Amino acid sequence: MTVTIYIPGDSGAVALGADDVAQAIVGEAQKRGADIKLVRNGSRGLYWLEPMLEVATDGGRIAYGPVSVGDVSALFDAEFLSGGAHALSLGNPEDIPFLKNQTRLTFARCGIVDPVSLEDYEAHDGLKGLRNAVSMAASDIVQTVTDSGLRGRGGAGFPTGIKWKTVLDEAGPQKYIVCNADEGDSGTFADRMIMEGDPFVLIEGMAIAGLATAATKGYIYLRSEYPDAIRIMNAAIGIAREKGVLGASVLGSGKAFDIEVRVGAGAYVCGEETSLLNSLEGKRGVVRAKPPLPAHKGFLGRPTVINNVISLASVPVILDKGADYYRDFGMGRSRGTIPIQIAGNVKHGGLYETAFGLTLGEIVDEIGGGTATGREVKAVQVGGPLGAYFPRELFDTPFDYEAFAGKDGLIGHAGIVVFDETADMMKQARFAFEFCAIESCGKCTPCRIGAVRGAETVEKIMQGIDREKNLELVADLCNTMKFGSLCALGGFTPYPVMSALTHFPDDFRKNPYLQAAE
Amino acid sequence: MGLDLSSDFDGNRIQAIVDEHINLEGPLLPILHAVQEDLGCIPQEALPVIANKLNLSRAEVHGVMSFYHDFREQPAGRHVVKICRAEACQSMGSDAIAEHAKSRFKIGFGDTAPDGSVTLEAVYCLGLCACAPAAMVDGKVIGRVDEARIDAISSEVRS
Repeated sequence: MTVTIYIPGDSGAVALGADDVAQAIVGEAQKRGADIKLVRNGSRGLYWLEPMLEVATDGGRIAYGPVSVGDVSALFDAEFLSGGAHALSLGNPEDIPFLKNQTRLTFARCGIVDPVSLEDYEAHDGLKGLRNAVSMAASDIVQTVTDSGLRGRGGAGFPTGIKWKTVLDEAGPQKYIVCNADEGDSGTFADRMIMEGDPFVLIEGMAIAGLATAATKGYIYLRSEYPDAIRIMNAAIGIAREKGVLGASVLGSGKAFDIEVRVGAGAYVCGEETSLLNSLEGKRGVVRAKPPLPAHKGFLGRPTVINNVISLASVPVILDKGADYYRDFGMGRSRGTIPIQIAGNVKHGGLYETAFGLTLGEIVDEIGGGTATGREVKAVQVGGPLGAYFPRELFDTPFDYEAFAGKDGLIGHAGIVVFDETADMMKQARFAFEFCAIESCGKCTPCRIGAVRGAETVEKIMQGIDREKNLELVADLCNTMKFGSLCALGGFTPYPVMSALTHFPDDFRKNPYLQAAE
Repeated sequence: MGLDLSSDFDGNRIQAIVDEHINLEGPLLPILHAVQEDLGCIPQEALPVIANKLNLSRAEVHGVMSFYHDFREQPAGRHVVKICRAEACQSMGSDAIAEHAKSRFKIGFGDTAPDGSVTLEAVYCLGLCACAPAAMVDGKVIGRVDEARIDAISSEVRS
């Protein structure tokens, strides 16, 4: 009997040796005459256990991890093909608390299915949302998404349904759905995991968006730093086209929708929606002034829905199970689930999808298990390079758009980067300015010049030059950047800088000579 | 350093690449990617050919090309090593890894070794933030990079 073995093809698992393990398993199986079928699935998101392989046994799946090439022979000896006991055995992966305690709506299939098998996708509830959408009026689809309370998961948190309604109400011979897959924020990898682990859910979400707004063409603007995601996404689009999910008549509805992947070129600022649209048009990725909103005049001046990968990938489950089902998760005005990405110096790093409302402390200490180095947690940066650094004193903050805004921070794309006590927050503040200077599109002065002057001024503080005067100057500069910049790059760089300054004042008042001697 | 492309520059090759993509909506980025894929870089001589075909000025094409970190005017070394310098990797000691790589390869970030063996580049996030520090060698991802791994990469690319 053929035994199916799952070894993630997710680039996080591959970075930890999954390709080599897969090769070793195939080689060893041949040598022993074992009949196996290898599936390169997505990752379950438990990165400290990757490469984590799973065997489909009569009693369900049994996981082993983290597996290295050197373990392969012993795994065969232990009869892992029938779920045999071994030191690396993790049992049923869905009983691992990190996974068991999650609420996986958007990531329901990620790590379970073969990413490029449409049959597998359908066998796990795929296409149900799109099938419902096909028989609905466009305005009803929009209303369902609005009622679900879904807000933009890219960071801005704008209600997705309202954005769609604006595009639906615009007249025009050609409208577009643009998926923002320029996931440049450090500490985030949810978009990558979906595109590598369950690409059809994004295709389905975009097709629903197309039906809802009468847009017939979709683009996925995918960053060049994700070659595996580009490859898998393109393969899935090809299959979807072949099977009539995309094309002239989506699932036989008579309505057209097709998708094309466009590869970015290494500019962080292109994650900003108007800069992304310029880049997609073949221009410099310079930010556009708003208005006009992309919903009115977006790609090539036409009405355009521009949504993050996770926003679009959350739509199929809403159309399948209904707005109420999704809305009943969460708290306050943050409805549904959010895939939190726990990263950096953390023991249990990975993806944790859950309803809004967990506290930062629960996420970092209980789910993440504290630091990887075993030292005290000093700070966590939430929301990428433009997000604030939170000290332990603020760990009671619930994961919710408004609660984070109330603490001068942001959820962003829900990435959390943990730092241990060796972190120097003055260096992190300088880096925030340096990063902004490297990635600024150059259009507006506060960002273009402010970032450079900010880095210089922090450098002076490091050297102990006019320290208090320069600290004041940094605060003043941050104020100018926050209120005077055209987009979030210049406008949000003050978040990491000011949070470092506010919550870790001692790091900015160290003896410069002592520091030089370190 | 780098190849002398001016002598054997093939304008027809560029024309063909442009023709292949010209019907796309917003064709310039796909064209620049394709040229770089084909030639290893985007030589200055290619710009007027592209500009002419797209009815743009040479300055506009240069402006686009120079805006993006990915596009290079000179070919890279035989191997390209990218090291992530972003926050999640910083939290796991990537600054020290970066310094080690610089001294090991004897070049700075953005530089190519004089023998053309390797180009060292900074990258800001590879999405491997839960297995930091991360690097990419010739498009292949590597997690939990340490100094020993850098040494191994160094021996590989120099051989």
